[in-house]
Amino acid sequence: MSTLEIRDLHVEVETESGPKEILRGVDLTVSSNETHAIMGPNGSGKSTLAYSIAGHPKYQVTKGQVLLDGEDVLAMEVDERARAGLFLAMQYPVEVPGVSMSNFLRSAATATRGEAPKVRHWVKEVKGAMSDLEIDPAFAERSVNEGFSGGEKKRHEVLQMALLKPKFAVLDETDSGLDVDALRVVSKGVNDYKASSDVGVLLITHYTRILRYIAPDRVHVFVNGRVAESGGPELAEELEENGYVRFTGTKEEQPA
Amino acid sequence: MTAQDSDLAGPVASTGGGTTTAPGSPVLDVDPGIKTASSPKTAPWEERHTSYDVEAFEVPRGREEQWRFTPLRRLRGLHDGSASVSSPAGVVTVSVQAGFGDSASDLAGSGTRLETVGRDDARLGDGGIPADRVAAQAWSSFDRAHVVVVNEARSDDEPLTVTVTGPGEGKVAFAHLQLRLEHHAEAVVVLDHRGSGTVAANTEFVVADGAKLEVVEVHDWADDAVYVGAQHLSVGRDATIRHTSVTLGGDLVRLSPVINYRAPGGDVELDGLYFADAGQHFEQRLLVDHSVAHCRSRVMYKGALQGAEGGTAAHTVWIGDVLIRKAAEGTDTYELNRNLLLTDNARADSVPNLEIETGEIVGAGHASATGRFDDEQLFYLMARGIPEAQARRLVVRGFFGEVIAKVRVPALRDRLEAAIEAELEAINS
Ligand SMILES: Nc1ncnc2c1ncn2[C@@H]1O[C@H](COP(=O)(O)OP(=O)(O)O)[C@@H](O)[C@H]1O
Ligand SMILES: [Mg+2]
Repeated sequence: MSTLEIRDLHVEVETESGPKEILRGVDLTVSSNETHAIMGPNGSGKSTLAYSIAGHPKYQVTKGQVLLDGEDVLAMEVDERARAGLFLAMQYPVEVPGVSMSNFLRSAATATRGEAPKVRHWVKEVKGAMSDLEIDPAFAERSVNEGFSGGEKKRHEVLQMALLKPKFAVLDETDSGLDVDALRVVSKGVNDYKASSDVGVLLITHYTRILRYIAPDRVHVFVNGRVAESGGPELAEELEENGYVRFTGTKEEQPA
Repeated sequence: MTAQDSDLAGPVASTGGGTTTAPGSPVLDVDPGIKTASSPKTAPWEERHTSYDVEAFEVPRGREEQWRFTPLRRLRGLHDGSASVSSPAGVVTVSVQAGFGDSASDLAGSGTRLETVGRDDARLGDGGIPADRVAAQAWSSFDRAHVVVVNEARSDDEPLTVTVTGPGEGKVAFAHLQLRLEHHAEAVVVLDHRGSGTVAANTEFVVADGAKLEVVEVHDWADDAVYVGAQHLSVGRDATIRHTSVTLGGDLVRLSPVINYRAPGGDVELDGLYFADAGQHFEQRLLVDHSVAHCRSRVMYKGALQGAEGGTAAHTVWIGDVLIRKAAEGTDTYELNRNLLLTDNARADSVPNLEIETGEIVGAGHASATGRFDDEQLFYLMARGIPEAQARRLVVRGFFGEVIAKVRVPALRDRLEAAIEAELEAINS
């Protein structure tokens, strides 16, 4: 049983006109085996929250804490966080030319598991995980994310989660840009990993669509850099009906 | 006109940029370099003249197109005739072995031999003629030349290793080497330069009709060394050359390969890899002279640079001149140069030039991109648990991967990878 606690988190980014505060006091606690949906309009700071948990150097934490089973996550380097059991499926996965997917996956698994996986088991494990996500085995020899379509990138993010077996996974708009088939495959990948582990999931999304596939235990409405309201799955239904207008005061953002 | 637009989006330049909005996206410093009809400057090859005689060239002052990137003061007088006055004369030694690395052994059989010849040997010059003053100085000054003759189709499994060793610290030498593949000969050759001193050299690669040469020219000089060399590649009818140029060490290394096609059907790939540290000046000036019809050229050079804070910058120069002359119908050419700036205090100049005098070609294109080490890539790899030093190694190895993968001598591939890792360790420690 693990806990990821975010306490009064304030984060700013450097802009041309000086530092700009984006997160304004986020409080959130996720436990093993729970799935929390974070829903909010574009620009509300969802990716900033995800990157701050992962330790992206662009985001400056000015106040607050992130604790993994009481350990100070903010004091850890990016790679240490991953090895401690945190995983971020990125909204925009990065291309790394010349580094093959298979080399990358093996390096990452070796790092997070603390020892190199046995070759025979590993090959089988990767093949199985790729086939579960309906990824052509030929991708193993391609450069990391290079020339992948949006959907292929998202499948590979979920593939990495399945292989690295984190305690907590932050999925940042893993559903965006997917057609219905891809959404089904990706959701199944997440659900399979949930079923086979005690993972706690922070499911960041703009739309309610993915919640039909991945059932959240809790729903948090994220507006203007903080959690505006929390509730059960019924809160997502309300958002589906009425959009974010009750929280933002404008009609611009319509989740659908 | 089938010249294609230059492809400016390289892996270095495009990663991050298109896929993430986070900052730290690489700085682009691109010189597309196509000379347009209205360009007032004469193309480099129009000013180019050739001669064996050093006095046919003026002493460079530094403003000349050919010399404008080279720190002349560091040439120790190779360019103005003073080198042999100011430094004692030495010799460059050349040895040839069969195999590479631990498995290398003395040559057996008569199909491949090393000859030491005088200046009057009629074969010298078959590869090409000096086109700058230092090359002409080398030609005017060498005493004995080395000729490696291959008159057999050697197995790929048994590369030749030609080791060229500098004259020693403080000494100057003028060298002449010819690697000669007779009709339909085949060889994989490692041309390994090492040692200390100041060297001006001409290296001829004479590849006869139907012959096939794969050569990796390694410049792994000691820190003090200055090497200025002209490579003359002569390509016979239907001959193939794969030339990989690797520059890892030396205070100043300047290489000027020229491709001379002698008859139709020539096929040349020039690959390059260079890794410059603080204070090093590595310069590559290529001329691919498509003077006859139906020849092919592919150029792919990749460089990494790492300066040191407060020290002299690491500096690399890459000039890629491709000329398609009027007679060269059916030419197919593409050239690419990419540079990866691992630290600040590093400068990579990259100038591709493509001059096309006939429209009847298969294709012609070029690309050049110089970018900073991409912090988004580093973040992505580290976010998967990979420690920083290893993540950097993965990215740099990936950058050079295409070049190293084409080297067909496994033990040399291992050595190049180890050399790159050693370079990287220097900044991570
Ligand atoms: N480098 C930056 N400079 C200025 N503003 C930024 C920068 N990065 C993010 N922002 C702003 O922070 C806000 C939150 O962005 P983000 O976390 O990506 O939102 P979301 O993921 O919810 O769409 C947006 O208004 C965005 O424009
Ligand atoms: Mg976002």
